[in-house]
Amino acid sequence: MATVMPEAAVFQGLSWNPLTDVQQLFTYPFMVNALAAGTIVAVMAGVTGWFMVLRRQTFAGHTLSVIAFPGAAAASLAGLPLAVGYFGFCGLGALALAGIAGSRRSLSAESAAIGALQALALALGFLFVTLYHGVLNGLDSLLFGTFLGITTQQVVVLLAVAAAAVGLVAIAARPLFFASVDADVARAGGVPVSALGFGFLLVLGLSVAETSQITGALLVFALLVTPAATAHQLTARPALGIALSVALALAVTWLGLALAYFSIYPVGFYITSLSFGLYVLVRLGRALGRRRRATARLALRAA
Amino acid sequence: MFAHEFMRNALIAGSFVGLACGLVGYFVVLRAQVFAGDALSHVAFTGGLAAAVLGLNILAGVFAATILGGIVMGLLGDKARADDVTIGSLFAWTLGLGVLFLTIFTTQDSAGNGTAGVRVLFGSIFGLSAADVRTSVVLAVLACAILLAIARPLLFASLDNAVAAAQGVPVRVLGLGFLALLGLVAAQATQAVGALLLLGLLAAPAGAAHRLTANPYRGLLLSTLFSVGSIWIGLTLSYAFPTLPPSSMIIAAAVGIYLLALATTIPRARAVWPRPANANVAA
Repeated sequence: MATVMPEAAVFQGLSWNPLTDVQQLFTYPFMVNALAAGTIVAVMAGVTGWFMVLRRQTFAGHTLSVIAFPGAAAASLAGLPLAVGYFGFCGLGALALAGIAGSRRSLSAESAAIGALQALALALGFLFVTLYHGVLNGLDSLLFGTFLGITTQQVVVLLAVAAAAVGLVAIAARPLFFASVDADVARAGGVPVSALGFGFLLVLGLSVAETSQITGALLVFALLVTPAATAHQLTARPALGIALSVALALAVTWLGLALAYFSIYPVGFYITSLSFGLYVLVRLGRALGRRRRATARLALRAA
Repeated sequence: MFAHEFMRNALIAGSFVGLACGLVGYFVVLRAQVFAGDALSHVAFTGGLAAAVLGLNILAGVFAATILGGIVMGLLGDKARADDVTIGSLFAWTLGLGVLFLTIFTTQDSAGNGTAGVRVLFGSIFGLSAADVRTSVVLAVLACAILLAIARPLLFASLDNAVAAAQGVPVRVLGLGFLALLGLVAAQATQAVGALLLLGLLAAPAGAAHRLTANPYRGLLLSTLFSVGSIWIGLTLSYAFPTLPPSSMIIAAAVGIYLLALATTIPRARAVWPRPANANVAA
Protein backbone atom coordinates (compact mmCIF):
# COMPACT_ATOMS: atom_id res chain seq x y z
CA MET A 1 0.00 0.00 0.00
CA ALA A 2 1.16 3.45 -0.75
CA THR A 3 -0.23 4.91 2.43
CA VAL A 4 1.80 2.88 4.89
CA MET A 5 2.71 4.88 7.96
CA PRO A 6 6.31 5.39 9.06
CA GLU A 7 7.89 2.76 11.30
CA ALA A 8 7.48 3.00 15.05
CA ALA A 9 11.18 3.75 15.42
CA VAL A 10 10.81 7.23 13.94
CA PHE A 11 7.25 7.75 14.97
CA GLN A 12 6.56 9.13 18.43
CA GLY A 13 2.79 8.99 18.42
CA LEU A 14 0.36 11.57 19.68
CA SER A 15 1.48 13.24 22.92
CA TRP A 16 -1.74 15.25 23.33
CA ASN A 17 0.41 18.34 23.77
CA PRO A 18 -0.65 20.48 20.79
CA LEU A 19 2.66 22.32 20.58
CA THR A 20 4.90 19.27 20.42
CA ASP A 21 2.45 17.48 18.19
CA VAL A 22 2.46 20.27 15.64
CA GLN A 23 6.23 20.45 15.97
CA GLN A 24 6.43 16.73 15.28
CA LEU A 25 4.36 17.19 12.13
CA PHE A 26 7.08 19.44 10.75
CA THR A 27 10.03 17.30 11.84
CA TYR A 28 10.27 15.03 8.84
CA PRO A 29 10.97 16.42 5.37
CA PHE A 30 8.42 14.06 3.80
CA MET A 31 5.73 15.53 6.02
CA VAL A 32 6.78 19.12 5.28
CA ASN A 33 6.61 18.35 1.58
CA ALA A 34 3.24 16.67 2.02
CA LEU A 35 1.86 19.69 3.86
CA ALA A 36 3.24 22.09 1.24
CA ALA A 37 1.81 20.01 -1.61
CA GLY A 38 -1.49 19.65 0.20
CA THR A 39 -1.70 23.41 0.69
CA ILE A 40 -1.04 24.16 -2.97
CA VAL A 41 -3.49 21.52 -4.13
CA ALA A 42 -6.18 22.73 -1.75
CA VAL A 43 -5.95 26.33 -2.93
CA MET A 44 -6.14 25.30 -6.56
CA ALA A 45 -8.98 22.84 -5.98
CA GLY A 46 -10.88 25.38 -3.90
CA VAL A 47 -10.81 27.99 -6.67
CA THR A 48 -11.50 25.77 -9.68
CA GLY A 49 -13.98 23.66 -7.73
CA TRP A 50 -16.05 26.72 -6.87
CA PHE A 51 -16.51 27.51 -10.55
CA MET A 52 -17.12 23.85 -11.36
CA VAL A 53 -20.00 23.69 -8.89
CA LEU A 54 -21.33 27.03 -10.13
CA ARG A 55 -21.30 25.74 -13.72
CA ARG A 56 -22.91 22.45 -12.65
CA GLN A 57 -20.07 20.53 -14.26
CA THR A 58 -19.58 17.99 -11.48
CA PHE A 59 -19.98 15.05 -13.83
CA ALA A 60 -17.50 16.53 -16.28
CA GLY A 61 -15.10 17.29 -13.43
CA HIS A 62 -15.34 13.78 -12.11
CA THR A 63 -14.72 12.38 -15.57
CA LEU A 64 -11.62 14.56 -15.94
CA SER A 65 -10.32 13.31 -12.62
CA VAL A 66 -10.90 9.72 -13.68
CA ILE A 67 -9.04 10.35 -16.94
CA ALA A 68 -5.94 11.06 -14.88
CA PHE A 69 -5.77 7.33 -14.08
CA PRO A 70 -5.24 5.97 -17.62
CA GLY A 71 -2.86 8.89 -18.17
CA ALA A 72 -0.64 7.76 -15.36
CA ALA A 73 -0.98 4.11 -16.32
CA ALA A 74 -0.07 4.84 -19.95
CA ALA A 75 2.94 6.86 -18.85
CA SER A 76 4.25 4.05 -16.65
CA LEU A 77 3.67 1.58 -19.48
CA ALA A 78 5.57 3.74 -21.94
CA GLY A 79 8.31 4.52 -19.43
CA LEU A 80 7.60 8.26 -19.47
CA PRO A 81 7.42 10.47 -16.40
CA LEU A 82 3.98 10.23 -14.76
CA ALA A 83 3.36 13.95 -15.12
CA VAL A 84 3.47 13.65 -18.93
CA GLY A 85 0.67 11.09 -18.80
CA TYR A 86 -1.40 13.10 -16.35
CA PHE A 87 -1.19 16.32 -18.33
CA GLY A 88 -1.52 14.71 -21.75
CA PHE A 89 -4.61 12.71 -20.91
CA CYS A 90 -6.31 15.43 -18.90
CA GLY A 91 -5.72 17.89 -21.74
CA LEU A 92 -7.20 15.46 -24.26
CA GLY A 93 -10.09 14.79 -21.89
CA ALA A 94 -10.82 18.51 -21.58
CA LEU A 95 -10.85 18.77 -25.37
CA ALA A 96 -13.28 15.84 -25.66
CA LEU A 97 -15.54 17.21 -22.92
CA ALA A 98 -15.59 20.64 -24.54
CA GLY A 99 -16.53 18.95 -27.82
CA ILE A 100 -19.36 17.09 -26.08
CA ALA A 101 -20.63 20.28 -24.43
CA GLY A 102 -20.42 22.20 -27.71
CA SER A 103 -22.30 19.70 -29.87
CA ARG A 104 -24.83 18.57 -27.36
CA ARG A 105 -28.44 18.19 -28.29
CA SER A 106 -29.93 17.48 -24.91
CA LEU A 107 -28.99 16.86 -21.31
CA SER A 108 -29.47 13.11 -21.66
CA ALA A 109 -27.31 12.87 -24.79
CA GLU A 110 -24.59 14.84 -23.05
CA SER A 111 -24.61 12.72 -19.93
CA ALA A 112 -24.49 9.52 -22.00
CA ALA A 113 -21.49 10.86 -23.91
CA ILE A 114 -19.65 11.86 -20.73
CA GLY A 115 -20.44 8.48 -19.19
CA ALA A 116 -19.11 6.63 -22.22
CA LEU A 117 -15.95 8.75 -22.16
CA GLN A 118 -15.38 8.05 -18.48
CA ALA A 119 -15.91 4.32 -18.86
CA LEU A 120 -13.51 4.25 -21.79
CA ALA A 121 -10.91 6.07 -19.71
CA LEU A 122 -11.22 3.58 -16.87
CA ALA A 123 -11.18 0.58 -19.20
CA LEU A 124 -8.01 1.90 -20.85
CA GLY A 125 -6.46 2.53 -17.45
CA PHE A 126 -7.12 -1.02 -16.31
CA LEU A 127 -5.83 -2.36 -19.62
CA PHE A 128 -2.57 -0.42 -19.30
CA VAL A 129 -2.11 -1.50 -15.70
CA THR A 130 -2.69 -5.13 -16.66
CA LEU A 131 -0.25 -4.91 -19.55
CA TYR A 132 2.28 -3.30 -17.26
CA HIS A 133 2.99 -6.00 -14.74
CA GLY A 134 3.71 -3.71 -11.82
CA VAL A 135 0.08 -4.38 -10.98
CA LEU A 136 -1.14 -4.19 -7.41
CA ASN A 137 0.85 -1.60 -5.50
CA GLY A 138 1.01 0.64 -8.53
CA LEU A 139 -2.71 0.41 -9.08
CA ASP A 140 -3.59 1.32 -5.53
CA SER A 141 -1.39 4.38 -5.47
CA LEU A 142 -2.55 5.54 -8.90
CA LEU A 143 -6.15 5.34 -7.77
CA PHE A 144 -5.84 6.41 -4.16
CA GLY A 145 -2.70 8.49 -4.17
CA THR A 146 0.36 8.79 -2.04
CA PHE A 147 1.19 11.80 0.01
CA LEU A 148 4.33 10.26 1.39
CA GLY A 149 7.48 10.52 -0.64
CA ILE A 150 6.63 13.76 -2.39
CA THR A 151 9.91 15.33 -3.50
CA THR A 152 10.80 18.99 -3.18
CA GLN A 153 11.01 19.14 -6.96
CA GLN A 154 7.43 17.92 -7.23
CA VAL A 155 6.35 20.67 -4.85
CA VAL A 156 8.02 23.28 -7.06
CA VAL A 157 6.29 21.94 -10.18
CA LEU A 158 2.99 21.87 -8.30
CA LEU A 159 3.45 25.46 -7.26
CA ALA A 160 4.13 26.58 -10.82
CA VAL A 161 1.11 24.76 -12.22
CA ALA A 162 -1.15 25.97 -9.44
CA ALA A 163 -0.01 29.55 -9.96
CA ALA A 164 -0.78 29.24 -13.67
CA ALA A 165 -4.22 27.68 -13.06
CA VAL A 166 -5.29 30.13 -10.35
CA GLY A 167 -3.86 33.03 -12.35
CA LEU A 168 -5.81 32.06 -15.46
CA VAL A 169 -9.02 31.75 -13.47
CA ALA A 170 -8.34 35.11 -11.78
CA ILE A 171 -7.80 36.87 -15.13
CA ALA A 172 -10.99 35.41 -16.57
CA ALA A 173 -12.95 35.46 -13.32
CA ARG A 174 -15.45 38.19 -14.17
CA PRO A 175 -16.46 37.07 -17.69
CA LEU A 176 -16.34 33.42 -16.56
CA PHE A 177 -18.70 34.19 -13.70
CA PHE A 178 -21.02 36.08 -16.04
CA ALA A 179 -20.98 33.25 -18.61
CA SER A 180 -21.59 30.64 -15.92
CA VAL A 181 -24.54 32.42 -14.36
CA ASP A 182 -26.34 33.43 -17.54
CA ALA A 183 -24.77 32.21 -20.76
CA ASP A 184 -27.36 33.76 -23.07
CA VAL A 185 -27.12 37.27 -21.67
CA ALA A 186 -23.34 36.98 -21.52
CA ARG A 187 -23.20 35.99 -25.19
CA ALA A 188 -25.45 38.87 -26.10
CA GLY A 189 -23.10 41.12 -24.14
CA GLY A 190 -20.20 39.97 -26.31
CA VAL A 191 -18.59 37.52 -23.89
CA PRO A 192 -16.91 34.60 -25.74
CA VAL A 193 -18.92 31.97 -23.86
CA SER A 194 -17.78 28.85 -25.75
CA ALA A 195 -14.11 29.82 -25.60
CA LEU A 196 -14.43 30.46 -21.88
CA GLY A 197 -16.12 27.11 -21.38
CA PHE A 198 -13.32 25.32 -23.18
CA GLY A 199 -10.66 27.28 -21.36
CA PHE A 200 -12.22 26.50 -18.04
CA LEU A 201 -12.28 22.78 -18.79
CA LEU A 202 -8.59 22.97 -19.69
CA VAL A 203 -7.74 24.69 -16.39
CA LEU A 204 -9.89 22.14 -14.57
CA GLY A 205 -7.99 19.37 -16.35
CA LEU A 206 -4.70 21.00 -15.38
CA SER A 207 -5.58 21.21 -11.72
CA VAL A 208 -7.03 17.70 -11.70
CA ALA A 209 -3.86 16.35 -13.28
CA GLU A 210 -1.78 18.01 -10.60
CA THR A 211 -4.01 17.09 -7.71
CA SER A 212 -4.33 13.45 -8.67
CA GLN A 213 -0.58 12.95 -8.40
CA ILE A 214 -1.01 13.54 -4.69
CA THR A 215 -4.49 12.33 -3.86
CA GLY A 216 -4.89 9.66 -6.54
CA ALA A 217 -7.33 9.78 -9.41
CA LEU A 218 -10.33 8.71 -7.37
CA LEU A 219 -10.02 11.22 -4.55
CA VAL A 220 -9.36 14.47 -6.43
CA PHE A 221 -13.03 14.89 -6.71
CA ALA A 222 -13.49 15.10 -2.94
CA LEU A 223 -11.32 18.22 -2.77
CA LEU A 224 -12.86 19.74 -5.89
CA VAL A 225 -16.52 19.34 -5.14
CA THR A 226 -17.24 19.15 -1.42
CA PRO A 227 -15.59 22.34 -0.06
CA ALA A 228 -16.97 24.26 -3.04
CA ALA A 229 -20.46 22.85 -2.50
CA THR A 230 -20.29 23.84 1.17
CA ALA A 231 -19.22 27.37 0.22
CA HIS A 232 -22.10 27.63 -2.24
CA GLN A 233 -24.46 26.64 0.54
CA LEU A 234 -23.11 29.37 2.80
CA THR A 235 -22.96 32.36 0.49
CA ALA A 236 -23.99 33.41 -3.00
CA ARG A 237 -21.40 36.19 -3.18
CA PRO A 238 -18.61 35.12 -5.55
CA ALA A 239 -15.54 36.60 -3.84
CA LEU A 240 -16.58 35.45 -0.39
CA GLY A 241 -17.62 32.07 -1.77
CA ILE A 242 -14.25 31.44 -3.43
CA ALA A 243 -12.42 32.51 -0.28
CA LEU A 244 -14.58 30.18 1.82
CA SER A 245 -14.12 27.31 -0.60
CA VAL A 246 -10.32 27.72 -0.44
CA ALA A 247 -10.36 28.05 3.34
CA LEU A 248 -12.45 24.91 3.75
CA ALA A 249 -10.28 22.93 1.34
CA LEU A 250 -7.17 24.06 3.25
CA ALA A 251 -8.65 23.18 6.61
CA VAL A 252 -9.72 19.67 5.64
CA THR A 253 -6.42 18.98 3.88
CA TRP A 254 -4.30 20.06 6.84
CA LEU A 255 -6.45 18.27 9.38
CA GLY A 256 -6.63 15.19 7.17
CA LEU A 257 -2.86 15.06 6.75
CA ALA A 258 -2.29 15.52 10.48
CA LEU A 259 -4.83 12.84 11.39
CA ALA A 260 -3.36 10.44 8.86
CA TYR A 261 0.10 11.07 10.29
CA PHE A 262 -0.98 10.14 13.79
CA SER A 263 -3.05 7.08 12.84
CA ILE A 264 -2.83 4.07 10.60
CA TYR A 265 -5.67 5.01 8.30
CA PRO A 266 -5.29 6.59 4.85
CA VAL A 267 -5.36 10.35 4.29
CA GLY A 268 -8.06 10.02 1.64
CA PHE A 269 -10.49 8.71 4.19
CA TYR A 270 -9.90 11.65 6.55
CA ILE A 271 -10.08 14.34 3.87
CA THR A 272 -13.30 13.01 2.36
CA SER A 273 -14.95 12.38 5.73
CA LEU A 274 -14.06 15.80 7.13
CA SER A 275 -15.28 17.66 4.09
CA PHE A 276 -18.45 15.62 3.81
CA GLY A 277 -19.15 16.07 7.52
CA LEU A 278 -18.85 19.83 7.13
CA TYR A 279 -21.14 19.79 4.12
CA VAL A 280 -23.80 17.81 5.98
CA LEU A 281 -23.55 20.15 9.00
CA VAL A 282 -24.01 23.21 6.81
CA ARG A 283 -26.96 21.67 4.97
CA LEU A 284 -28.59 20.73 8.28
CA GLY A 285 -27.94 24.16 9.74
CA ARG A 286 -29.51 25.85 6.74
CA ALA A 287 -32.54 23.55 6.83
CA LEU A 288 -33.04 24.31 10.52
CA GLY A 289 -32.65 28.04 9.92
CA ARG A 290 -35.24 27.92 7.15
CA ARG A 291 -37.68 26.10 9.39
CA ARG A 292 -37.15 28.58 12.23
CA ARG A 293 -37.74 31.51 9.88
CA ALA A 294 -40.88 29.82 8.54
CA THR A 295 -42.32 29.27 12.03
CA ALA A 296 -41.43 32.85 12.96
CA ARG A 297 -43.35 34.08 9.92
CA LEU A 298 -46.31 31.92 10.85
CA ALA A 299 -46.27 33.24 14.42
CA LEU A 300 -46.12 36.79 13.08
CA ARG A 301 -49.07 36.18 10.81
CA ALA A 302 -51.07 34.63 13.66
CA ALA A 303 -50.32 37.58 15.94
CA MET B 1 -14.25 -21.56 -26.52
CA PHE B 2 -17.44 -23.17 -25.29
CA ALA B 3 -15.55 -26.20 -24.04
CA HIS B 4 -14.35 -24.37 -20.94
CA GLU B 5 -16.74 -24.17 -18.06
CA PHE B 6 -15.51 -20.77 -16.90
CA MET B 7 -16.15 -19.41 -20.37
CA ARG B 8 -19.68 -20.84 -20.49
CA ASN B 9 -20.41 -19.39 -17.05
CA ALA B 10 -19.04 -16.02 -18.09
CA LEU B 11 -21.08 -15.99 -21.28
CA ILE B 12 -24.35 -16.95 -19.57
CA ALA B 13 -23.96 -14.55 -16.65
CA GLY B 14 -22.63 -11.84 -18.97
CA SER B 15 -25.59 -12.12 -21.31
CA PHE B 16 -28.07 -11.66 -18.52
CA VAL B 17 -26.10 -8.80 -16.99
CA GLY B 18 -26.03 -7.22 -20.44
CA LEU B 19 -29.77 -7.67 -20.80
CA ALA B 20 -30.50 -5.92 -17.50
CA CYS B 21 -27.93 -3.15 -18.12
CA GLY B 22 -29.26 -2.46 -21.59
CA LEU B 23 -32.84 -2.11 -20.41
CA VAL B 24 -32.12 -0.06 -17.30
CA GLY B 25 -29.43 1.95 -19.08
CA TYR B 26 -31.95 3.14 -21.66
CA PHE B 27 -33.98 4.80 -18.92
CA VAL B 28 -30.87 6.05 -17.14
CA VAL B 29 -29.85 7.96 -20.26
CA LEU B 30 -33.41 9.09 -20.98
CA ARG B 31 -33.69 10.54 -17.46
CA ALA B 32 -30.19 12.05 -17.70
CA GLN B 33 -29.16 10.15 -14.59
CA VAL B 34 -25.86 8.77 -15.81
CA PHE B 35 -24.16 10.62 -12.97
CA ALA B 36 -26.26 8.61 -10.51
CA GLY B 37 -24.91 5.46 -12.14
CA ASP B 38 -21.42 6.88 -11.70
CA ALA B 39 -22.11 7.44 -8.01
CA LEU B 40 -23.52 3.94 -7.58
CA SER B 41 -20.38 2.44 -9.00
CA HIS B 42 -18.42 4.01 -6.14
CA VAL B 43 -21.00 2.89 -3.63
CA ALA B 44 -20.63 -0.64 -4.98
CA PHE B 45 -16.88 -0.50 -4.38
CA THR B 46 -17.28 0.59 -0.77
CA GLY B 47 -20.04 -1.93 -0.10
CA GLY B 48 -17.97 -4.79 -1.46
CA LEU B 49 -14.94 -3.87 0.60
CA ALA B 50 -16.99 -3.28 3.75
CA ALA B 51 -18.34 -6.80 3.39
CA ALA B 52 -14.81 -8.10 2.83
CA VAL B 53 -13.63 -6.42 6.03
CA LEU B 54 -16.53 -7.85 8.02
CA GLY B 55 -15.89 -11.27 6.54
CA LEU B 56 -19.22 -11.37 4.73
CA ASN B 57 -20.00 -12.29 1.17
CA ILE B 58 -18.63 -9.50 -1.05
CA LEU B 59 -21.48 -9.75 -3.50
CA ALA B 60 -24.07 -9.43 -0.72
CA GLY B 61 -22.29 -6.28 0.44
CA VAL B 62 -22.34 -4.83 -3.06
CA PHE B 63 -26.04 -5.52 -3.45
CA ALA B 64 -26.98 -4.05 -0.09
CA ALA B 65 -24.86 -0.95 -0.65
CA THR B 66 -26.02 -0.13 -4.17
CA ILE B 67 -29.73 -0.64 -3.49
CA LEU B 68 -29.44 1.48 -0.35
CA GLY B 69 -27.40 4.03 -2.31
CA GLY B 70 -30.07 4.25 -4.98
CA ILE B 71 -32.77 4.88 -2.40
CA VAL B 72 -30.68 7.50 -0.56
CA MET B 73 -30.04 9.35 -3.81
CA GLY B 74 -33.72 9.29 -4.60
CA LEU B 75 -34.59 10.68 -1.18
CA LEU B 76 -31.97 13.43 -1.41
CA GLY B 77 -33.25 15.01 -4.60
CA ASP B 78 -36.44 16.80 -5.45
CA LYS B 79 -38.87 14.77 -7.49
CA ALA B 80 -36.67 11.74 -6.85
CA ARG B 81 -33.98 13.28 -9.04
CA ALA B 82 -30.98 14.08 -6.87
CA ASP B 83 -28.87 17.06 -7.84
CA ASP B 84 -25.32 16.55 -9.03
CA VAL B 85 -23.55 18.44 -6.29
CA THR B 86 -25.20 16.49 -3.48
CA ILE B 87 -24.55 13.20 -5.24
CA GLY B 88 -20.97 14.25 -5.89
CA SER B 89 -20.28 15.15 -2.26
CA LEU B 90 -21.89 11.97 -1.05
CA PHE B 91 -19.96 9.66 -3.30
CA ALA B 92 -16.67 11.41 -2.76
CA TRP B 93 -17.13 10.51 0.88
CA THR B 94 -18.27 6.97 0.07
CA LEU B 95 -15.07 6.51 -1.86
CA GLY B 96 -13.06 7.76 1.10
CA LEU B 97 -14.78 5.13 3.23
CA GLY B 98 -13.95 2.56 0.59
CA VAL B 99 -10.27 3.47 0.84
CA LEU B 100 -10.47 3.05 4.60
CA PHE B 101 -11.97 -0.43 4.22
CA LEU B 102 -9.34 -1.28 1.63
CA THR B 103 -6.59 -0.32 4.07
CA ILE B 104 -8.16 -2.25 6.92
CA PHE B 105 -8.66 -5.25 4.70
CA THR B 106 -5.15 -5.35 3.30
CA THR B 107 -3.48 -4.81 6.69
CA GLN B 108 -5.77 -7.27 8.47
CA ASP B 109 -5.28 -10.05 5.99
CA SER B 110 -1.64 -10.97 6.46
CA ALA B 111 -1.91 -13.71 3.87
CA GLY B 112 -1.41 -10.88 1.41
CA ASN B 113 -4.79 -11.08 -0.24
CA GLY B 114 -4.58 -7.64 -1.75
CA THR B 115 -6.63 -8.57 -4.77
CA ALA B 116 -10.10 -8.12 -3.27
CA GLY B 117 -10.03 -4.41 -3.99
CA VAL B 118 -8.97 -4.95 -7.57
CA ARG B 119 -11.60 -7.64 -8.05
CA VAL B 120 -14.37 -5.36 -6.83
CA LEU B 121 -13.05 -2.42 -8.85
CA PHE B 122 -12.53 -4.22 -12.12
CA GLY B 123 -14.61 -7.39 -11.92
CA SER B 124 -13.79 -11.04 -12.25
CA ILE B 125 -16.15 -12.48 -14.81
CA PHE B 126 -13.91 -15.45 -15.59
CA GLY B 127 -13.99 -16.49 -11.94
CA LEU B 128 -17.72 -17.05 -11.60
CA SER B 129 -18.98 -20.33 -10.16
CA ALA B 130 -22.13 -22.11 -11.31
CA ALA B 131 -23.94 -20.83 -8.21
CA ASP B 132 -22.88 -17.23 -8.99
CA VAL B 133 -24.29 -17.66 -12.47
CA ARG B 134 -27.62 -18.90 -11.14
CA THR B 135 -27.93 -15.93 -8.76
CA SER B 136 -27.06 -13.47 -11.45
CA VAL B 137 -29.53 -14.98 -13.94
CA VAL B 138 -32.36 -14.95 -11.40
CA LEU B 139 -31.64 -11.37 -10.34
CA ALA B 140 -31.30 -10.14 -13.90
CA VAL B 141 -34.61 -11.71 -14.90
CA LEU B 142 -36.21 -10.18 -11.81
CA ALA B 143 -34.84 -6.73 -12.63
CA CYS B 144 -35.97 -6.95 -16.24
CA ALA B 145 -39.45 -8.10 -15.21
CA ILE B 146 -39.88 -5.22 -12.75
CA LEU B 147 -38.62 -2.74 -15.31
CA LEU B 148 -40.91 -3.99 -18.08
CA ALA B 149 -43.85 -3.90 -15.66
CA ILE B 150 -43.28 -0.22 -14.87
CA ALA B 151 -41.94 0.70 -18.32
CA ARG B 152 -44.96 2.65 -19.57
CA PRO B 153 -45.55 4.94 -16.58
CA LEU B 154 -41.77 5.33 -16.12
CA LEU B 155 -41.42 6.39 -19.73
CA PHE B 156 -44.23 8.90 -19.29
CA ALA B 157 -42.70 10.27 -16.07
CA SER B 158 -39.24 10.47 -17.64
CA LEU B 159 -40.40 12.34 -20.72
CA ASP B 160 -42.67 14.82 -19.00
CA ASN B 161 -42.59 14.72 -15.26
CA ALA B 162 -45.13 17.47 -14.65
CA VAL B 163 -47.77 16.16 -17.05
CA ALA B 164 -47.34 12.63 -15.75
CA ALA B 165 -47.80 13.86 -12.18
CA ALA B 166 -50.92 15.76 -13.21
CA GLN B 167 -52.29 12.58 -14.80
CA GLY B 168 -51.95 10.78 -11.48
CA VAL B 169 -48.75 8.85 -12.20
CA PRO B 170 -46.93 8.37 -8.86
CA VAL B 171 -43.84 10.17 -10.14
CA ARG B 172 -41.87 10.23 -6.92
CA VAL B 173 -42.40 6.59 -6.06
CA LEU B 174 -41.49 5.63 -9.61
CA GLY B 175 -38.31 7.67 -9.46
CA LEU B 176 -37.30 6.11 -6.16
CA GLY B 177 -38.14 2.61 -7.32
CA PHE B 178 -36.16 3.19 -10.48
CA LEU B 179 -33.06 4.26 -8.56
CA ALA B 180 -33.36 1.18 -6.31
CA LEU B 181 -33.64 -0.97 -9.43
CA LEU B 182 -30.60 0.80 -10.85
CA GLY B 183 -28.79 -0.17 -7.66
CA LEU B 184 -29.71 -3.81 -8.17
CA VAL B 185 -28.49 -3.79 -11.75
CA ALA B 186 -25.34 -1.91 -10.79
CA ALA B 187 -24.49 -4.66 -8.30
CA GLN B 188 -25.09 -7.23 -11.03
CA ALA B 189 -22.79 -5.45 -13.39
CA THR B 190 -20.11 -5.12 -10.71
CA GLN B 191 -19.71 -8.87 -10.97
CA ALA B 192 -19.12 -8.75 -14.68
CA VAL B 193 -17.08 -5.62 -15.32
CA GLY B 194 -16.32 -4.30 -11.84
CA ALA B 195 -17.50 -1.28 -9.92
CA LEU B 196 -15.51 1.25 -11.91
CA LEU B 197 -16.56 0.10 -15.35
CA LEU B 198 -20.25 -0.59 -14.92
CA LEU B 199 -20.98 2.97 -15.95
CA GLY B 200 -19.85 2.11 -19.46
CA LEU B 201 -22.29 -0.75 -19.71
CA LEU B 202 -25.11 1.53 -18.55
CA ALA B 203 -24.25 4.59 -20.60
CA ALA B 204 -22.63 3.54 -23.86
CA PRO B 205 -25.12 1.03 -25.35
CA ALA B 206 -28.07 3.15 -24.25
CA GLY B 207 -26.42 6.32 -25.56
CA ALA B 208 -25.94 4.61 -28.93
CA ALA B 209 -29.59 3.50 -28.98
CA HIS B 210 -30.75 7.04 -28.20
CA ARG B 211 -28.65 8.33 -31.07
CA LEU B 212 -30.13 5.87 -33.53
CA THR B 213 -33.84 6.06 -32.73
CA ALA B 214 -36.31 8.18 -30.81
CA ASN B 215 -38.86 5.36 -30.65
CA PRO B 216 -38.71 4.04 -27.07
CA TYR B 217 -39.47 0.39 -27.83
CA ARG B 218 -37.00 0.21 -30.70
CA GLY B 219 -34.55 2.07 -28.47
CA LEU B 220 -34.94 -0.40 -25.61
CA LEU B 221 -34.40 -3.29 -28.01
CA LEU B 222 -31.32 -1.70 -29.59
CA SER B 223 -29.84 -0.77 -26.23
CA THR B 224 -30.23 -4.35 -24.98
CA LEU B 225 -28.77 -5.79 -28.19
CA PHE B 226 -25.77 -3.46 -28.02
CA SER B 227 -25.13 -4.21 -24.39
CA VAL B 228 -25.35 -8.02 -24.76
CA GLY B 229 -23.35 -7.76 -27.97
CA SER B 230 -20.55 -5.81 -26.33
CA ILE B 231 -20.29 -8.41 -23.58
CA TRP B 232 -19.97 -11.18 -26.16
CA ILE B 233 -17.41 -9.25 -28.19
CA GLY B 234 -15.45 -8.37 -25.08
CA LEU B 235 -15.40 -11.94 -23.76
CA THR B 236 -14.38 -13.34 -27.15
CA LEU B 237 -11.56 -10.83 -27.51
CA SER B 238 -10.32 -11.54 -24.03
CA TYR B 239 -10.47 -15.28 -24.69
CA ALA B 240 -8.59 -14.92 -27.95
CA PHE B 241 -5.92 -12.65 -26.42
CA PRO B 242 -5.48 -13.73 -22.80
CA THR B 243 -3.38 -10.70 -21.89
CA LEU B 244 -6.36 -8.41 -22.41
CA PRO B 245 -8.60 -8.12 -19.33
CA PRO B 246 -12.26 -9.01 -20.08
CA SER B 247 -13.78 -5.97 -18.37
CA SER B 248 -11.68 -3.54 -20.40
CA MET B 249 -12.56 -5.35 -23.62
CA ILE B 250 -16.29 -5.30 -22.81
CA ILE B 251 -16.22 -1.56 -22.21
CA ALA B 252 -14.05 -1.00 -25.27
CA ALA B 253 -16.64 -2.87 -27.36
CA ALA B 254 -19.50 -0.87 -25.85
CA VAL B 255 -17.76 2.45 -26.45
CA GLY B 256 -16.84 1.29 -29.95
CA ILE B 257 -20.51 0.70 -30.72
CA TYR B 258 -21.35 4.11 -29.28
CA LEU B 259 -18.73 5.81 -31.47
CA LEU B 260 -20.06 3.97 -34.53
CA ALA B 261 -23.57 5.19 -33.71
CA LEU B 262 -22.23 8.74 -33.34
CA ALA B 263 -20.37 8.51 -36.64
CA THR B 264 -23.37 7.24 -38.56
CA THR B 265 -25.74 9.87 -37.18
CA ILE B 266 -23.62 13.01 -37.21
CA PRO B 267 -24.49 14.26 -40.73
CA ARG B 268 -28.17 13.59 -40.21
CA ALA B 269 -28.14 15.14 -36.77
CA ARG B 270 -26.67 18.36 -38.18
CA ALA B 271 -29.36 18.53 -40.86
CA VAL B 272 -32.31 17.90 -38.57
CA TRP B 273 -31.06 19.78 -35.56
CA PRO B 274 -29.50 23.10 -36.47
CA ARG B 275 -27.38 24.13 -33.54
CA PRO B 276 -29.60 26.17 -31.22
CA ALA B 277 -28.38 29.50 -29.98
CA ASN B 278 -27.85 28.23 -26.45
CA ALA B 279 -26.27 24.93 -27.47
CA ASN B 280 -23.27 25.18 -25.21
CA VAL B 281 -24.78 26.36 -22.00
CA ALA B 282 -22.73 24.61 -19.36
CA ALA B 283 -24.31 21.56 -17.82
